[in-house]
Amino acid sequence: MLKKSIAQILVGIDSNSVLSGARKIKTRIITEINKQGISDQVQVIETGSIGPINEGVVIGIYPSGEIYANMTEDVIEEFIRERFIKGRPYKKLLLSKKLSTGVDTTTYDSRKTQHYGRIVLENCGKINPEDIEEYIGADGYEALGTALEEKTPEGIIKTVKDSGLVGRGGAGFPTGLKWSFAKAAKESPKYIICNADEGEPGTFKDRLIMEGDPHKVLEGMAICGYAIGANTAYIYIRGEYQLSIQRLTKAIKDAEKLGLLGKNIFGTDFNFNVKIKIGAGSYVCGEETALLNSMEGLRGEPRLKPPFPAESGFLSKPTNVNNVETFANIAPIILNGSEWFKKVGTESTPGTKVYTILGHIKRPGLIEVPMGITLREIIYDYAGGMSSGKFKMAQIGGTAGDIFSSKLLDVPLEYQELQKLGHNLGSGAILIMNETVSIANFLTCCMKFFVHESCGKCSVCRIGTRQMYEAFKRLEKKEAYFDELETIKELAGELKLTAFCPLGQSVASPVLSALKYFGKELVQGVNPDKKHEPVTRENMNRGFKPLVYGNK
Amino acid sequence: MSVNIIINNMEVNVPRDTTILDAAKKIGIKIPTLCYLADLQNPGSCRMCIVEVEGAKALQPSCVTKVSEGMNIRTNTKKVRDARKIILELLLSDHPWECNTCDRNQSCELQKLADEYGINEVRFQSVRERMPLDESTPGIIRDPNKCILCRRCVSVCQDVQGVDTLAPRARGFDTIIAPGQGDMLSEAVCVQCGQCAAVCPVGAISEKDDIDKVWEAIDDPNKFVVVQTAPAIRAALGECFDLKPGALIKGKMTTALRRLGFDKVFDTNFTADLTIIEEGTELLTRLKKALVDKDKNVALPMFTSCSPGWVNYMESFYPELIPNVSTCKSPQQMFGAVAKTYYASKVDKKKEDIIVVSIMPCTAKKFECNRDEMNDSGVKDVDYVLTTRELGKFIKQAGIDFINLPDEEMDAPLGTSTGAADIFANTGGVMEAALRTAYEIVTGKELPFKGLHIAPIEGLKGVKEASLKIEGTTKEWRFLEGVTLDVAVAHGLGNAKKLIESIKSGEKSYHFIEIMACPGGCIGGGGQPRMTTDAIRQARINAIYKEDEGRKFRKSHDNPAIKEIYEEFLIKPLGEKSHHLLHTTYTNKKEPSPKK
Repeated sequence: MLKKSIAQILVGIDSNSVLSGARKIKTRIITEINKQGISDQVQVIETGSIGPINEGVVIGIYPSGEIYANMTEDVIEEFIRERFIKGRPYKKLLLSKKLSTGVDTTTYDSRKTQHYGRIVLENCGKINPEDIEEYIGADGYEALGTALEEKTPEGIIKTVKDSGLVGRGGAGFPTGLKWSFAKAAKESPKYIICNADEGEPGTFKDRLIMEGDPHKVLEGMAICGYAIGANTAYIYIRGEYQLSIQRLTKAIKDAEKLGLLGKNIFGTDFNFNVKIKIGAGSYVCGEETALLNSMEGLRGEPRLKPPFPAESGFLSKPTNVNNVETFANIAPIILNGSEWFKKVGTESTPGTKVYTILGHIKRPGLIEVPMGITLREIIYDYAGGMSSGKFKMAQIGGTAGDIFSSKLLDVPLEYQELQKLGHNLGSGAILIMNETVSIANFLTCCMKFFVHESCGKCSVCRIGTRQMYEAFKRLEKKEAYFDELETIKELAGELKLTAFCPLGQSVASPVLSALKYFGKELVQGVNPDKKHEPVTRENMNRGFKPLVYGNK
Repeated sequence: MSVNIIINNMEVNVPRDTTILDAAKKIGIKIPTLCYLADLQNPGSCRMCIVEVEGAKALQPSCVTKVSEGMNIRTNTKKVRDARKIILELLLSDHPWECNTCDRNQSCELQKLADEYGINEVRFQSVRERMPLDESTPGIIRDPNKCILCRRCVSVCQDVQGVDTLAPRARGFDTIIAPGQGDMLSEAVCVQCGQCAAVCPVGAISEKDDIDKVWEAIDDPNKFVVVQTAPAIRAALGECFDLKPGALIKGKMTTALRRLGFDKVFDTNFTADLTIIEEGTELLTRLKKALVDKDKNVALPMFTSCSPGWVNYMESFYPELIPNVSTCKSPQQMFGAVAKTYYASKVDKKKEDIIVVSIMPCTAKKFECNRDEMNDSGVKDVDYVLTTRELGKFIKQAGIDFINLPDEEMDAPLGTSTGAADIFANTGGVMEAALRTAYEIVTGKELPFKGLHIAPIEGLKGVKEASLKIEGTTKEWRFLEGVTLDVAVAHGLGNAKKLIESIKSGEKSYHFIEIMACPGGCIGGGGQPRMTTDAIRQARINAIYKEDEGRKFRKSHDNPAIKEIYEEFLIKPLGEKSHHLLHTTYTNKKEPSPKK
């Protein structure tokens, strides 16, 4: 709970701001407050990401709600004097007058969010993520208590089903249905895994959720454990996410101390233990079955489905795998009911979506918006418009995502509407690009990523991604074969149809959408006179070095 | 329970857990595969076998997709054909175009599919850098450039053999199949069983080709070149000439070897009989020491030592079993030692002038003949080893019309053998042969089993066991009266591991154990014609038993040539000469003693 004092300074401590010296700034602010003799009126609180990134150290003032960015040590003395002694905004670094939903609330038209606040990021940037009391003060663990004391597992699954919540990791599978499969599985023990292996380039919303409000994720997992009958859970998290690991570890410990995790939760006979498993940084391990392999100490490669994890997952036992953001939605749904949840977002995809928005925009950062909002609204209402140049394209959902042209600026971003167009919402990254970006160059970069991250198990992805990369390199240099675009299209189509796992299949997304919307630009890379070289004696071993016999 | 499905508009009823691939096979539809291995779990990773299943967004791998009621499958639509073609194009773009000079020319599965699917152009350029060949071991040669990463070798090395040498390394386009330790097989624990080579669909893993060396020996007028053929060859060589698995071709093989120019055509079977006498006596001696002399230092159970893959495995993984393994050399090595001493003096040749060539179903035999211990005649006991596959090529090179050859008999005396030696070829055979002799020595009576076959240790079950109560012993062996002899048989090193662990945990106890490194025994060896499935293993085993049953002598001690060698040369089993020529020692390779 927020402690009573006149004002609070919230210092956003996340992995980005730490690099900009957030901890030093925090210490300096405390020193300055003491020096100016106002320590009884102003309290300094550490919190998670306040939203903006690329803006240095960001702080918020509560209750007034201003956001200041790019704080440096040398302005702190002046800032404290201006803002708290003289009592006026420190205009030099003022980013926004009101701390709330979007990044830039000075320009945001709040009509779409008038009946709701944030769901997932409700506490982010407001409470101290390392203080469980503050989470409890913000109604934390109430949903778990209600669930354990008043609801049946079946009732919880029904509520989650009714809410229409779909997985926020990218595939958009109905969460309640997934849980019901795991519940129906006969074998025991059952496991819950929180997929925090956020590997999609440009996506870091899960990290900011875990850094800003770790207990909300834990609470969602515990409710899921009660619903499907699992007592052990793992958070599979990227090794790079040091701050998340640190805060989650502390959160687990604190919750165990208060009996909110561990044995006999809320005095019931429900036990729930959460452990952290650190991944080694392979993109494909975000795919749930490759994740299971990695957890078991095996090579990070996808497994055959069926059997699905709900039937045979971790250690061949029934396992429910959900994304961080999905779990963070659970407690609010249980607390407020499915009808409440359905008021936000669209009819087919209720709720909100957390995005990380980046690229050629004025205000890159973390936003939580209702499902169904359009790209145009994101760019102009939340991101402050283009930072330079004109909008050319956006990639929705990380490197495995579709490329949108300006034709799609007004399409509602939600699963069903996008599926109608053959597109996907993906992981939650939105990369916005202006006319300076060449499509061939951009796709070459995407393909390089896939070549690096393909696990090498199935032939189409292993060789296909590499050949795709080579083709785009040729296009970039305007040296592509006369039929290169047809070959690319065919290859992308086959990857989608035949690759073993979603990694290989999703290579098609950026490629096919780029061909659809930017075909004219790509054609410019083709040299119509360049024919395939027939395989002859002279070039049949093209690319091969002379044969070296013997050892090494 | 069965389900009704539709494949290419044909209705078919199949059991529930059938894969689409097997269901299609049932109605005569062939679906191409590359990573699939019958009787084993499959990775579903080559994607060649994809088919269209109504309702599924993506194409489904038929080798791992189980049928379900009402499934509507199409195996040969344009969508499917186009997908398979592009997969082949991709694989070919990453494969050296060296078909003409490849060991697998015309027996390559990738080459065959490229032909079937009419791949007349590969639109993708090769971007692979040449990797070095791995010729570091005597038995196996690996060419990582030709590897298509189907992982069949990984399945057999890990899941079947439990040796875990070969594994995928690195990821994506850079993935290679390599030894877990080091870059070369010699740096890793490889038992040289060659099961990887037996399943490779392309020319990435093969035996080391020694045909030219054998030609050279034959062409040298100063050399007296003798050949020995392992028992398992006679039931498999025919497959190199498109005969059915299990076709018995001993007579044709003998003629072919003679026409190839070998000076004498002998039989490893002869020394298989010799092994029985030596090993049987060794077992009885151990039992006597344990039961009569109450010698606590005598190691039981005793393990067989014929399989060099097993010996390598034991030395690397279970060196504590060294005292338990019979000191008998394998029949191949006994043959070499006997040929260059006993036989050399019989025909008045210098041992240096005799070249011993072995035809073996096995790649580990190439390793075995190069062991330091195998020079007991004073020179290298066995000079060259050819696999069954190499012999097939050798015969073709010589222009011999194998199918139409007349049958001939092997030469005496080292070509004389019994049915007990034939069954050395298959799992359970060495045990049965040993008991046929040992039981008769002890009781003076024939082994009390129908047709001399010990049914419980026959067949392809991984670990088999039998108990034999010894009754009516002769005076000399009275101490064994009423003793129940417990024996066990394992084939495939994964099964051997299970058996050994069950003994180490105290769960099981035996007197005598037969282990063969390869599934099915030597008939399923790493040097046998490709591909070996359980059905093919069984066909070869049936042929071997048939060969055994057709023999005049079916017990090793009845072999007149064996009687002769003891009278003229060896004097007695486990005697001084035997000790020197026919027995060997083993090395702890797990914790090697520091070099001085």
